[in-house]
Amino acid sequence: MTARDLLPILAFAAVVALAPLLVSSNVVLNFLVFTMIIALAAQGWNLLGGYGGQYSFGHAAFFGTGAYLTAILQVRYGMNAYPAFAAGIGLAALVGLAIGFLAFRSGLRGSYFALVTLAFAEVFRVLANASEVTGGAAGILIRLRADPANFQFAERGTFLWVALALVTLALVATLMLERSRLGAQLVAVRENEAAAQALGVDVLSVKLRTIALSAGMTGAAGGLYAQYFLYLDANIAYGTWISVEALLAPIVGGAGTVFGPVLGAVILHGLAEATKSIAGSIPGIDLVVFGIVLILVVRYPPRDLPGLLRRRRRP
Amino acid sequence: MGFPPEIILEAVLNGLLTGAVYGLVALGLTLVYGVLHIINFAHGALLTAAMYAAYVARTALGIDPYVAALPLAGLFFVLGYGVQRLVIGPASQGKDENILLVTLGLSIIVENLMLAIFRSDTRSIDVPYAMEVVEFGPALLSWPRLVGFGATLAVGVALFLLMTRTATGKAIRAVAKERTGAALVGIDVAHIYAVTFGIGTACLAIAAALLLPSFYVSPRVGNAFVLVAFTIVVLGGMGSVVGALVGGLVIGVVESLSGLYLGDSLGQIGIFLIFILVLLVRPTGLFGARA
Repeated sequence: MTARDLLPILAFAAVVALAPLLVSSNVVLNFLVFTMIIALAAQGWNLLGGYGGQYSFGHAAFFGTGAYLTAILQVRYGMNAYPAFAAGIGLAALVGLAIGFLAFRSGLRGSYFALVTLAFAEVFRVLANASEVTGGAAGILIRLRADPANFQFAERGTFLWVALALVTLALVATLMLERSRLGAQLVAVRENEAAAQALGVDVLSVKLRTIALSAGMTGAAGGLYAQYFLYLDANIAYGTWISVEALLAPIVGGAGTVFGPVLGAVILHGLAEATKSIAGSIPGIDLVVFGIVLILVVRYPPRDLPGLLRRRRRP
Repeated sequence: MGFPPEIILEAVLNGLLTGAVYGLVALGLTLVYGVLHIINFAHGALLTAAMYAAYVARTALGIDPYVAALPLAGLFFVLGYGVQRLVIGPASQGKDENILLVTLGLSIIVENLMLAIFRSDTRSIDVPYAMEVVEFGPALLSWPRLVGFGATLAVGVALFLLMTRTATGKAIRAVAKERTGAALVGIDVAHIYAVTFGIGTACLAIAAALLLPSFYVSPRVGNAFVLVAFTIVVLGGMGSVVGALVGGLVIGVVESLSGLYLGDSLGQIGIFLIFILVLLVRPTGLFGARA
């Protein structure tokens, strides 16, 4: 990996970093922070789903674990936010490893893998909704103490920089994975598992290492969410919404590419804002647009678009 | 353990009755899987849509859900046919992941359209027989659930006759067994796919009409049912019709008993754990053929 490879990532970071200096609108900054959190969760999904071809429908299991542990360690055990955040990432990775071990060892693939991840996320949601340590249905509230020492910031702009730094790190990590031995083996497994195995790739180990990385990254997004909104309940942390967001952004932006998840998150949430400003406050209308975009992207893959246009031009 | 036997018997019987309707929901799912080999993630959202349709039929037109069941089944057959023919089929391009994503997209659209139209309030209809019970030995059985049980059996028999006695049924079975061969002898595979999807959706419409008198409806209600339906289908074996009906009864009893012992908020855990366990240990299910 050379400096030239890092250039696009740094350019992206620089552009977004300028935003707090140029705009002071809370609406815009909120939008950017939220988009960054989604982008981070989606980058996690992209490692496993995009590069590895294992479509998880339950990344909420990792997002929620990262979010809840970050919150619980602070609220119930008085821990500082930074080690709590790190622990959240660690536990999310472990949960990923455990789910991956059970699912991949049983040889679950495709739709079956999607189903089992969905079921795990639902089990966590029901448990978190009924358990005491998570605050049950009432949820858990992190006390507002706006101080960088507590991973809380008085200015939204500062939080955006922090979120952006994490997204940038995730982009670099994705690029490194793409260029690594693990990345090459992962793509080989995605394209033809049997052939990869025949060439001596340890398929189970490749998948497990990837799901741990993927879960940790999405868990980081969960911890970030907890620190930004300072409130969690089971339907937020383990809700299907985040599983869908984490999957949608890479699919729309380009699964298995470094910038796909970020691009997808920006496109989707830009569209969502536009829809809301046109249609007013009809609930769910932005998600209807998400669904339509998803179907269109699958029906007409963007990489085929140049070809389609060329065909159209010819009579 | 701490419950007298009559209470447990009543829980088991009511579980069986509810389970039959779960089985009907699962029947649509397993039929589509057996023939098209796709997992339809939009199944739950379509059930929600059907429940709202039955709700509107009752509140706006004053039609009893039991009367509305057959016309709704016809309507949803057409809807399912169209969705498969115009949306899922063309977008799938023969790839499993594509179908997964397209049906997920459909479910997001339908669910949120319902949210946009009906808002997030939970609604229920008012029918005179909603609370009626029938005495069965020491147990009291809910009348709407008894009707649901009977109707599910009727649908099961009707489907069996359709599959074994009609040319369409024969074509469906041919396509399920050997798609290429079926196409070679002149069966229009795309048409049969759409018919199957339509029958699956029609099952949902009937299930919705049977559920409505005793269940509330909200934009996300389908999610709860569809996870149960997935569990049933996985338990009974993907594509197995008998498995769906038997699996439905089993799951109904499990839900009813775990609700009795664990309380309502944790009751669903039993279902998910069975789901995960079956997926991990025997993904072909109890009645499914080995892959």
